Amino acid sequence: MADTLFAALHALLTFDHLLYMFLGVAVGLVIGVIPGLGGIAGLSLLMPFLYGMDEISALAMLIGLVAVIPTSDTFSSVLMGIPGSSASQATVLDGFPLARQGQAARALSAAFISSMFGGIFGAVVLTGFVVVARPLILMFGSAELFMLALFGLSMVAVLAGRSLPKGLAACAVGLLIGSIGGAPATGEFRMTFGLDYLYDGIPLVIVGLGLFAIPEISDLLRRNAAISDQPALGKGWGAGFRDWYSNIWLSLRCSGMGCMIGAIPGLGGSVVDWIAYGHAVQTSKNPETFGTGDPRGVVAPESANNAMQGGALLPTMLFGIPGSGSMAVFLGGMVLLGIEPGPSMVQANLNVTYSVIWSLAVANIMGAGICLLLAVPISRLTQIRFPLLAPFMISLICFAAFQATRDIGDLLALLFVGVVGVLMKRFGWPRPALLIGFVLAPQAETYFYQALQFYDWGFLTRPGVIVIGLMALASVIFGLRNRVDDQGHVVSADADTPEHEGRWTSRAPQIVFAALMLGFLALGLTDALGQSFLALVFPASAAVVGIAMVLWLLPELVAGHRGHVAHFDSELDGELVGQPGYGRLWGGLGWIGGLVLVSALVGFYAAMIAFFLAFLRIRARAGWVQSVILTAAAAGFILGIAYMLNLNFPAGLLQAQLDLPWPFR
Amino acid sequence: MTDFTTFTRRRALGLALAAAMLPAGAGAAWAETDFSGKTIEWIIPFSAGGGSDTWARFNAPLLGKYLPGNPTVVVVNEPGGGSTKGANLFAARAKPDGLTLLGTSGSTQFPYLLGDPRVKYEYKDWKVAMASPTGGVVYGAPGLGIAAPADIAKLKDQKLTYASQGATSLDLVPLLGFRLLGLEVQHVFGFKGRGDGRLAFERGETNIDYQTSSAFITNVTPLVEAGQAVPLFSWGVLDEAGNIVRDPNFPDLPSFPEAYEMMTGQKPSGADYDAYVAFFTAGFPAQKMAFLPKDTPDDIVATYQAAFEAMKSDADYQANKEAVLGNYEQVTGALAQALFEKGTTISPENRKNVVDMLAADYGVRLGE
Repeated sequence: MADTLFAALHALLTFDHLLYMFLGVAVGLVIGVIPGLGGIAGLSLLMPFLYGMDEISALAMLIGLVAVIPTSDTFSSVLMGIPGSSASQATVLDGFPLARQGQAARALSAAFISSMFGGIFGAVVLTGFVVVARPLILMFGSAELFMLALFGLSMVAVLAGRSLPKGLAACAVGLLIGSIGGAPATGEFRMTFGLDYLYDGIPLVIVGLGLFAIPEISDLLRRNAAISDQPALGKGWGAGFRDWYSNIWLSLRCSGMGCMIGAIPGLGGSVVDWIAYGHAVQTSKNPETFGTGDPRGVVAPESANNAMQGGALLPTMLFGIPGSGSMAVFLGGMVLLGIEPGPSMVQANLNVTYSVIWSLAVANIMGAGICLLLAVPISRLTQIRFPLLAPFMISLICFAAFQATRDIGDLLALLFVGVVGVLMKRFGWPRPALLIGFVLAPQAETYFYQALQFYDWGFLTRPGVIVIGLMALASVIFGLRNRVDDQGHVVSADADTPEHEGRWTSRAPQIVFAALMLGFLALGLTDALGQSFLALVFPASAAVVGIAMVLWLLPELVAGHRGHVAHFDSELDGELVGQPGYGRLWGGLGWIGGLVLVSALVGFYAAMIAFFLAFLRIRARAGWVQSVILTAAAAGFILGIAYMLNLNFPAGLLQAQLDLPWPFR
Repeated sequence: MTDFTTFTRRRALGLALAAAMLPAGAGAAWAETDFSGKTIEWIIPFSAGGGSDTWARFNAPLLGKYLPGNPTVVVVNEPGGGSTKGANLFAARAKPDGLTLLGTSGSTQFPYLLGDPRVKYEYKDWKVAMASPTGGVVYGAPGLGIAAPADIAKLKDQKLTYASQGATSLDLVPLLGFRLLGLEVQHVFGFKGRGDGRLAFERGETNIDYQTSSAFITNVTPLVEAGQAVPLFSWGVLDEAGNIVRDPNFPDLPSFPEAYEMMTGQKPSGADYDAYVAFFTAGFPAQKMAFLPKDTPDDIVATYQAAFEAMKSDADYQANKEAVLGNYEQVTGALAQALFEKGTTISPENRKNVVDMLAADYGVRLGE
């Protein structure tokens, strides 16, 4: 076995193989930087080139790409507060404040070192476990998977924010949104409202971008200035390394969690960053600084998300079961290379497995190294006036969003979720709680139903179930002790917010929003009650809990004493209030909405060009020359990616009437 | 930006490729259809990474190599609506110029056969260019008291559990098949794929399962050797006369009709069996098909069929066909036509029976 291990390393370390790996790493870094684009898009880009390549080069290239996406997605999380992918949403909470304080270098280096450590940790775990992992993975049956989904949901306790009913209601709304589409037990379609788009449910990337990217962009636009008024990176490369080193045990624990979450088939890993962040807060003795630029808030999620990729390779290679969308594409790539996943991967094909593992380790080092080198030039972006950057970010996010199903509905859904995200941020409803509910809803429902079918209620007495159940319970108890809000700030139950003049005018918007949430929950309940028992029980339970929480919240909002924790409106209390030169709340959303609506009329590509020119001329007040150059650059870049992805842009009404050539088709 | 209006995608690359390949293209036999410098879009109504996507990405470069003029063949993923969206798009938009191809799967055939209201495509309009058969093997747990395929009758009256992807998914074939055999099977739904289902079998949560042939060979054979699984029968393949016969990959295993005879003592027949055969054909022998749009001229169809035939002797095809196609040969011509017709035809009564049974026993409502 050791022979095979080193023979595989020896085979990998040739110029050709490393060159292909570098190619994969380079594409992965670029794709990772772009918010919303991740492994699926990156691997699809490389797929056509696999044809005729030798196994080791091809695997090195694919793994190189997969490995570094959670490294480079940190750039936009830290520098702009816009998550680079769903695996680095939590990094924003502390990474972005550090960047605004002029400590971007510190945050980035801590993140890259953690990423590298997590990635190598994943590779080491793979090396040791791949041969013995089969029976371990088989220990997780549907009952245990259900409990793991509950464990994930238990993180809502720590992420619930200032007001517990708000947090739980947000989670219930997430569970309800997550149950849109076909019911796992009967295939009945829930909450589709006659829209074809909703039959498959709302894609994760849309929910992630809508909740986290769009509110940040609209905030940055309101500020109207460069993201950072500090020197680009500041000092602190060494400090970043020390931040990681002094939290090495946290980094190790989070790497272990990431690896495990990745390795268990069916769990996915899209909330691994939140679980790691929640864990860091729960286990901290002095959590007060979280959310204000605490390096632990960077180290934890970044260690976990890179380690997860190593774990995720286990079920992919051993069982042929991809844990995530990008692993599904990777699996397809393996088959195209003539490699069939299965038990042979630790027998006859062990050399292939080990070359994958070495690739993972080497690519992580390569990726972190390149990111450290690129940090200085990339961080200059934060000194550009944001209105000049905004059209790029908005277009890229829309582009990433319609990778989900390549439908105009993706853009409309993005806009809709974006509005919800902006309002949740404004009124202090915790977005991570909604996201966790959304991601875990299908898993919790499916595995609960399956566990009942296989074991009846007896599943509750299985040892694995009891152990994970106790972990979830501990997580709730620790979580309630150190609760953090949307921005990562630790809150105590009696925190006071100032009461504002005009009791009703200051409270009315919050009350209206809570009532709208109540309306959505009631709608979900009504829809559920029209289904058969197996299809209704899960969404109906989520809706009932959610309704109870809003009904607890509403009286607090209406009649609560001055400064009750339930009250929050960033338009009254937020950091932007009273500062000169800030734009209106709806300014940014208005532009995004305009792009989406014009796309629905004339198709995305034409709409994007018009949007760019209009935005730069009217909003950013750029000159004609600058506007045209920037528009052409953006149009060329998007066209290039679309061309390589063989992508048709979403069509509008115009395309239904006229047969236009690509890319306007 | 107006420059883009005069250029089609990959035009430049296509021209360069065509120039490079010119000597090879010039010697080709099909002079009347020439795709030099063209880009052919192969629409796959599924996301990147699944079986159909891999199948198309395996075939696409070979198809480009053997079509006259060596066009660039690109795979375009149009997922959504359980593959009905991409197929609808193809039906509404594709022109009969041989530049657009659709790859379908059992998941595209089944909603059509069941009369799903989301289906706005009509198979009978299209021209089949190639059909790619597949097969599978049903196996059980030794705990059921079985040791060999001959023990299948022992399954009667035992409580069986099967991990299913859903009543209207490809797992409709085992659902109908087990009913015909008179087995009492609890179908537990919500599994993400057959691999996911196999895991449930290995964990002991289910005691009957099936895998497609290549997955059976790589993943279940070790279980059989370890005494943890007992193969029972293969679904079988269609011979040229349209009979279901033993799968050549598993000559020692009975086919489904044989298993039926072992269970009941009679040869299978009747309306329920006809309904089963329609879904079986759509799900296995005609599982993946490549179609050209309505009104495509016959010479273009013939050109495609010739290319699909010619690629079979290519070294790259030979090298990877086992991993991708699982040892089943892709077919064209009359054979493909026969599979296509049989796999997309069901009588209205049989359809109604299946839909009513799914509604009554499994609470299935095809989205209204």
